[in-house]
Amino acid sequence: MATDTYTDIQDTKVGQKAAGPVGWIDDRLGVAGMARKNMRKIFPEHWSFMLGEIALWSFVVLLISGTFLTLWFQPSMGETVYNGSYEPLKGIEMSQAYASTLDISFDIRGGLLMRQIHHWAAALFVAAMIVHMLRVFFTGAYRKPREVNWLIGVGLLILGMVEGFAGYSLPDDLLSGTGLRFVDGLIRSIPLVGSYVEFFLFGDEFPGELIIPRLYMAHILLIPALILGLIAAHMLLLVYHKHTQWPGPGRTNDNVVGYPMLPVYAAKAGGFFFVVFGFTALFAAIIQINPVWAYGPYNPSEVTAGSQPDWYMGFSEGMVRLMPGWESTFFDRTWSWNVAIPGLGGLGILFTSLMLWPFIERWITQDNREHHLLERPRDAPTRTALGVAGMTAYGVGWAAGGNDIIAIQFGLDIYTLTWIFRIGLFVFPVIAFLITRRICIGLQHRDHDSVLHGFETGVIERSPSGGYSERHAPLPVATQYTLTTRERLPELEAAETVDANGVASPAGRKDKLRARLRHFYYQGVLDKPTVEEVHHAEEHLGDFQGHPNQIGDEFGGVSDAGVPKSH
Amino acid sequence: MELRFPVRTLSTRRRHPLANVLVILGALAVAAVLYMAFAPKGATAETSSLDDIEAGRDLFVIGCASCHGQNAEGITTTSDGNYGPSLIGVGAAAVDFQVGTGRMPMAQSAPQAPRKSVEYTDEEITQLAAYIASLAPGPAIPEDEYLEYESASAEEISLGGEFFRTNCTACHNSVGAGGALPDGRYAPTLENVSAKHIFEAMQTGPQQMPVFSDDVITPEDKRAVISYIKAVQEQPNYGGFGGGGIGPVADGVWVWLFGIGGLVGFAIWISAHGTRSNKKPKGAEK
Repeated sequence: MATDTYTDIQDTKVGQKAAGPVGWIDDRLGVAGMARKNMRKIFPEHWSFMLGEIALWSFVVLLISGTFLTLWFQPSMGETVYNGSYEPLKGIEMSQAYASTLDISFDIRGGLLMRQIHHWAAALFVAAMIVHMLRVFFTGAYRKPREVNWLIGVGLLILGMVEGFAGYSLPDDLLSGTGLRFVDGLIRSIPLVGSYVEFFLFGDEFPGELIIPRLYMAHILLIPALILGLIAAHMLLLVYHKHTQWPGPGRTNDNVVGYPMLPVYAAKAGGFFFVVFGFTALFAAIIQINPVWAYGPYNPSEVTAGSQPDWYMGFSEGMVRLMPGWESTFFDRTWSWNVAIPGLGGLGILFTSLMLWPFIERWITQDNREHHLLERPRDAPTRTALGVAGMTAYGVGWAAGGNDIIAIQFGLDIYTLTWIFRIGLFVFPVIAFLITRRICIGLQHRDHDSVLHGFETGVIERSPSGGYSERHAPLPVATQYTLTTRERLPELEAAETVDANGVASPAGRKDKLRARLRHFYYQGVLDKPTVEEVHHAEEHLGDFQGHPNQIGDEFGGVSDAGVPKSH
Repeated sequence: MELRFPVRTLSTRRRHPLANVLVILGALAVAAVLYMAFAPKGATAETSSLDDIEAGRDLFVIGCASCHGQNAEGITTTSDGNYGPSLIGVGAAAVDFQVGTGRMPMAQSAPQAPRKSVEYTDEEITQLAAYIASLAPGPAIPEDEYLEYESASAEEISLGGEFFRTNCTACHNSVGAGGALPDGRYAPTLENVSAKHIFEAMQTGPQQMPVFSDDVITPEDKRAVISYIKAVQEQPNYGGFGGGGIGPVADGVWVWLFGIGGLVGFAIWISAHGTRSNKKPKGAEK
């Protein structure tokens, strides 16, 4: 350690040199005031707060690698004869889009690496958004005042999926064409207007000659611009609302405890960018993704076994695979329930319920307070269980999208799998819901017990009468505080169906429904201990009558090996 | 240090319990090498002799007749199902494929006969094939000129690719990794399948596979298909480890397990380290 005092920045050499240019900028742009405020902005520390950052940084990687790819990619469905260095496709007629993708892969220096970085980053981008969203959901971070930011997040997820799909379709290989055909089917299945919308988008009978240039425009201009705008809004709101934090000593609903943006988070986030970039580059360097040359050029009459969308479209693929082939013809039209219900309905239900949930929950709980402290998943058992049920349903649909791969890799029958998934789609989420809520409530009871009865020290005592018992000791105050920093449960009352005059209330039916949902929402949930209970427990644990020795505050029980631990 | 032949070491260990075993193994190895060098090469009997047919019939009655019938006429179950199909007219190529890849004889009743270790010697397979071919005309075992794919030109390979994508990838997958079919059946992987067996499979349409007779895909084009399959399988795995050719499902597994898993690990690592600064402002109390 060189010195144990620091020098103010204006007195350092760097500070003295930078003073001129920085002053110049401040005189003209007036950024000092803004920077002073925001550079010291405090963010709380927890690993789960960095999940959204994975998505952000993979998006940056996408922008950088995507720019490289645009330099050579030709978004054209014009026919050409391939004459590049990939031998098995030499002399084959194909679109310029596919030929230029092959050129990027085989004839442009670093092209294949860049393509693979781009693709891995895309798969990571959507995955990170979902993990981030699950964190926000299970901790209740979307509650007031952050509902709008939740909506922006759902919008980003939808855009990310559409963006990924558009990119997946661009190379015009057999796999991407098959995916495009799948979406074409989804569009066509829209009742009444499907085929009109299809012609509007494709400009012709599928595949036409316009879809690649159009998707290219959407992929490199329209959707990235929307995503960038929404990311900006997302992060501005994050700064405006301040970041949520976990409850703990010194942390309240009115403060944020953590480190400042500069220098701590600038360094941490900047470093994390390089970690994310490193991961995508490492993946791209050693694991093959989307070997377009293996699929051959797109031809609507061909298909390959194992045709799958990228993982984030697997859910919609799976829902369609699960649906029985119902189709009906009336009013002189074909109604493709087999595609419309699972495809449009599946995605529709998924995103609609995601968007509506914060408002539904608020309507049920009638909780209009602002929340800046996160809720532990166990402390909202119904929400957590609903989330796990939703994940289970999504997982079933997702797995069903790969039913052929599962069948062949594990030697199973694809029809049996389909039936398991069909039934599972409805049964597994219910089971998951019941189990999860039970686990949450069980964990709540454990917390309750450890607050009121202390923790198990591992110290066995023998009473004068010869009985053995384990000594309990009070939790450290900080832990007790953390465990009990949560809202007290509301009183559950029956809905008032008549007003003061005995006349049926116009909102009676609504209130009744809400009362029922409130009952469902709070059923079995354990409230935190009351002050009296805590005081009583303190007395009980504090008095060590019957115990020969007093346990110090620092004593934290003994480990499995019998070694005393300290808090 | 002086290097000497360790005669003494050897001689002192000649009564070692393993000495006998080693000597026998060595002798066996020498004999095997000598045998390989001098043993007569199997006679390449292109034309089936009457002896072959006779021997084939004997093998057939022992190993195949219980399902295919005493005269290869097939056996029908009481419910008019197919216990073992008739082999009259399937030709030598079908026998060579089914028995030569170990699919026949089947180990047990199953939706599909899997490829497994071969039960019969090459000579016995030739005899069985000769017997079945003698029952009625059928596709013969292909000539070597159609199996020799190494010399195929780039044009032939890409032509074979066109045939492959049009006719084969729907079940066998674009790199021949195989694919699932209904009711527990499947299109098997084409990895490590010999050119002869690929040819015969196209010609005879074993199990779920349709027949691509020589009228539909000429022998020359079949050779082109084989040359494409082999070219794709033998080329290096551009871009890193492949997912076995099973497509984006493997990518999703990678991204979730190692991508998200690894980055969450890094996030935990980064957030577990706060700031450490022991520096104090000037003039502050130490």
